[in-house]
Amino acid sequence: MTQTRFSRTRTPEPEKEQARGGGGAAMRVIVPLQGVVQGRGGLILGSIIPCALFYFLQFYLKRHRNDQDDQNESNSPGQNQATRSPSSGQLTELPGLTRNLSRALLSPRSPSGPVSVSGRVSGIVKAADSPYYAGLRRVKDDPYDELGNPNGVIQLGLAENKLSLDLVKNWLAENAREAILGNGKELSISGIATYQPFDGLMEFKVAVAGFMAQVMEKAVSFNPSQIVLTAGATPAIEILSFCLADAGNAFLVPTPYYPGLDRDVKWRTGVEIIHVPCRSADNFNLSITALDIAFNQAKKRGLKVRGIIISNPSNPVGNLLSRETLYNLLDFAREKNIHIVSNEILAGCTHGNEEFVSMAEIVDLEDVDRKRVHLVYGLSKDLSLPGFRVGVIYSFNEEVLAAAKKLTRFSSISAPTQRLLISMLSDTKFVQTFITINRERLHRMYVQFVEGLKKLGIECIKSSGGFYCWADMSGLISSYSEKGELELWDKLLNIAKVNVTPGSCCHCIEPGWFRFCFATLTEKDIPVVMERIQKVSETCKLNR
Amino acid sequence: MTLTRSIQHRNPKPEVQSRKPSGATAMRLIVPLQGVVQGRGGLIFGSLIPCALFYFLQLYLKRHRSPNSQSSPSSPSTSSSNLAEMTRTSSRSNLLSRGSIGPVRISSRASSIAKPNDSPYYVGLDKASEDPYDRIGNPDGVIQLGLSENRLCFDLIEKWMLENLRDSIMGREGGDLSISGIATYQPFDGTMELKLAMAGFMSRVMGGAVSFEPLQMVLTAGATPAIETLCFCLADHGNAFLVPTPYYPGFDRDVKWRTGVELIPVHCRSTDNFMLTISALDQAFNQTRKRGTKIRGILLSNPANPVGNLLSREMLYDLLDFAREKNIHIISDEIFAGSMYGKEEFVSMAEVLDSEDSDKSRVHIVYGLSKDLSLPGFRVGMIYSFNENVLAAARKLTRFSSISAPTQRLLVSMLSDTRFIEEYIETNKKRIQNMHDLFVAGLQELGINCADSSAGLYCWADMSKLTPTYSEKGELELWDMLLNVAKINVTPGSACHCIEPGWFRCCFTALAPEDIPVVMGRIREVAEICTQSS
Repeated sequence: MTQTRFSRTRTPEPEKEQARGGGGAAMRVIVPLQGVVQGRGGLILGSIIPCALFYFLQFYLKRHRNDQDDQNESNSPGQNQATRSPSSGQLTELPGLTRNLSRALLSPRSPSGPVSVSGRVSGIVKAADSPYYAGLRRVKDDPYDELGNPNGVIQLGLAENKLSLDLVKNWLAENAREAILGNGKELSISGIATYQPFDGLMEFKVAVAGFMAQVMEKAVSFNPSQIVLTAGATPAIEILSFCLADAGNAFLVPTPYYPGLDRDVKWRTGVEIIHVPCRSADNFNLSITALDIAFNQAKKRGLKVRGIIISNPSNPVGNLLSRETLYNLLDFAREKNIHIVSNEILAGCTHGNEEFVSMAEIVDLEDVDRKRVHLVYGLSKDLSLPGFRVGVIYSFNEEVLAAAKKLTRFSSISAPTQRLLISMLSDTKFVQTFITINRERLHRMYVQFVEGLKKLGIECIKSSGGFYCWADMSGLISSYSEKGELELWDKLLNIAKVNVTPGSCCHCIEPGWFRFCFATLTEKDIPVVMERIQKVSETCKLNR
Repeated sequence: MTLTRSIQHRNPKPEVQSRKPSGATAMRLIVPLQGVVQGRGGLIFGSLIPCALFYFLQLYLKRHRSPNSQSSPSSPSTSSSNLAEMTRTSSRSNLLSRGSIGPVRISSRASSIAKPNDSPYYVGLDKASEDPYDRIGNPDGVIQLGLSENRLCFDLIEKWMLENLRDSIMGREGGDLSISGIATYQPFDGTMELKLAMAGFMSRVMGGAVSFEPLQMVLTAGATPAIETLCFCLADHGNAFLVPTPYYPGFDRDVKWRTGVELIPVHCRSTDNFMLTISALDQAFNQTRKRGTKIRGILLSNPANPVGNLLSREMLYDLLDFAREKNIHIISDEIFAGSMYGKEEFVSMAEVLDSEDSDKSRVHIVYGLSKDLSLPGFRVGMIYSFNENVLAAARKLTRFSSISAPTQRLLVSMLSDTRFIEEYIETNKKRIQNMHDLFVAGLQELGINCADSSAGLYCWADMSKLTPTYSEKGELELWDMLLNVAKINVTPGSACHCIEPGWFRCCFTALAPEDIPVVMGRIREVAEICTQSS
């Protein structure tokens, strides 16, 4: 059988015919074999033949491509040598003006179509079609403003906290100049203008370590030499994913998860994400059984799992991982010999009574086996400074730290910003006030927002971290499916003019859940939002 | 034959035994087949059999691996349910022996990066930063000539900052608008204001010969990520770029590390004053192609780093021609465009393109403020491209490498202050020229000649007379002596992949004029030792 197939490819037929014929032959070969494959002895036949067929297919494709290329090549050099040398000889004497003309004449000669970009580009460009990014773009084009644009779209899709910006502003107004240039006499222009360590200034690491401990209420202390600073938490996650996994390896990630994680983990590293579904029945808490199932399934598919990525407090649900779960996770990771990446960027945005436990605290209590634990942190959420682009990798693994430090060449924080933040974070009084006031304000907003939704009959998962709530709107969707969910999302965006993040963007397994980020609003905006949602919910109920 | 082989596998024998015989049969199978493979009809056998063998090998390895890890899943539930929190910590260490096998491993690509870099470029930089020379504080320290950093005009920048810093970041009124303009999320590819300011700065730096379109800009946290981002966008894993040697030692990192793209050196020689020739490009292109590697573009630095010469207008046209014929991209790194000191005219690739109507989409320019505005600490780089697809993808990728907003604000005011910029550019050029002349003259007195150059913060010096042997080994011996005896860190040509041994890059803009005699004195010491011993 392989013999016939082979001779087919070798005889040069016209392109179209060959392509079709080849497909037909492959079908004829494979279909009768399926019976054999399922039997016991089928291992030989079932493995050799598909393998060989695949090999031939590759071979066939390769040959085809070569042919074209060769044609190009054989055309161009001959022609070029003929055309180019005389033209370039003359052109040295001609003034620059005529030069352009000759180019235009020459240009139709050799190239075959426009120059192509890399294959990875198309994936990256397409990735932006998800509702998460579409909604963000919509708001950008037509943002709500109480006075200026009262009919604009209200942003509830971006996890940004504007509740305590006034505090930051006051501090900056008083201290910015001295913070960057130093106070008065000893000016440190060479401390900001020249090359600095790409993984962050030591002073800044010390300040960040202090801030992290303060945010976590001194339950843990962080060692500055285990810190690598990056231009935001996004590159921190990418760098970790690059350091912990090779292309084609995978991470387990509990769903629903932050929609940006697909970009951060997968785009440039070639690493895959395996979903570990969590359900509303468990309050979207992670279970080790689900992890175990996902792990084994991935393994069966031949994927190598290199770690687990969790967010704690979780984004988008806003719940916290209990101490017990953290221990179980460590156990699981140890048994499977994999890494844990714990994204704790929202550690300071807890507002309930529940206690936040950092993975670092658990590892601190244990003496052994810390090398598999890596924390991600940043100042975008807890200090509400996303514009400053400061992210943190905190790892217990020397090798990871060494590689990550080198990779910060590609993503470092500018020195003036570091100087500014060193002073800001070292002002412990300011930091303490900020944390306390920010928590109070967050809690107030959370309570009001959840109450508002409740009045509309929309329930939220009880959460105690983050500046969003995770709302169950499955009562409003026309069909209990992803399609129904996206229809509702579309109505919310285009009729109610409210941009929220649908659960499907977070890979939530149950339809009808939405993430509402409330920290970009003021208290006055809440009634407006509720009114808008009510309008849509009424039309939805009428239709039913 | 394949039958016998597969039977081997299906009988489950003890591990050690089965491994040896299967290796032996594989040998017996492959060796006699070699003759067949080279023949005409051997294609079937030559492809089918190795393919099947490989498949079995994988199958065999996979089967072998699985028993180890399948033992664990039952355990977590028992341990988690009955352990109290206090005993928890001790219980961990008991459990440890059970599950995991050795320490957890990091990815193979990271372990190659994590290893200490033994290139003399990085070794020298580290050495100099551990024990830096200071005229008063540490007169025996290592003098840094290996980092292209410009400290000649810090006084101007400092003066400007003192006067304008606060207002530039917070705005004159310190209003609400300005805080949300820096604290909140900003466009990751740079604010429009900064792009406008950069466009103005660039065309001023290039003598007003070109105008730049802010919409074609993508800003990144330094030129390093700009180059990496372009590599991601233009080439896939396993593709290659042509790059004329000697080239900037950092390119190996920027292009190759994370993208998996290769660099194909195109050798330039001292007899041509290290100028690029199209025939060398063509030769490298064809050779690489024969090896089966796909070439996606040419990576140039203009003004060249480390040589400091410029590409002529004619050469730029020829390059465009070449790229068009081969249908490949051109990345032109023009980060030293404003650091000119010679009489020669700098021509940007953008200027050449401006006069052409067609086919701009293959050209991409890299720029930054680290050299021309001597602000490497600010981490500002730029991709300037004529290709919509590349721009769209690069914008998305800046999520991984964006510039912090306060820095952007600061730079918008600085670059918009035309009086300051004008003065800065003028003074900077004069001071670079002055340093260059002093430094090159100093070397000449020691009998060391430099390649003709007219830009950059460095000179490219021929010390082949001082090397004990005319080879890379000899060059590195001299480098080692300069670093450890004379305590001067320079970049050896081999770190720049120069094909001729004995060339060194010396960056002179981190020095003050009064340091030059010290440097020359130290080099003389080594030169004397070398000439005596040879």
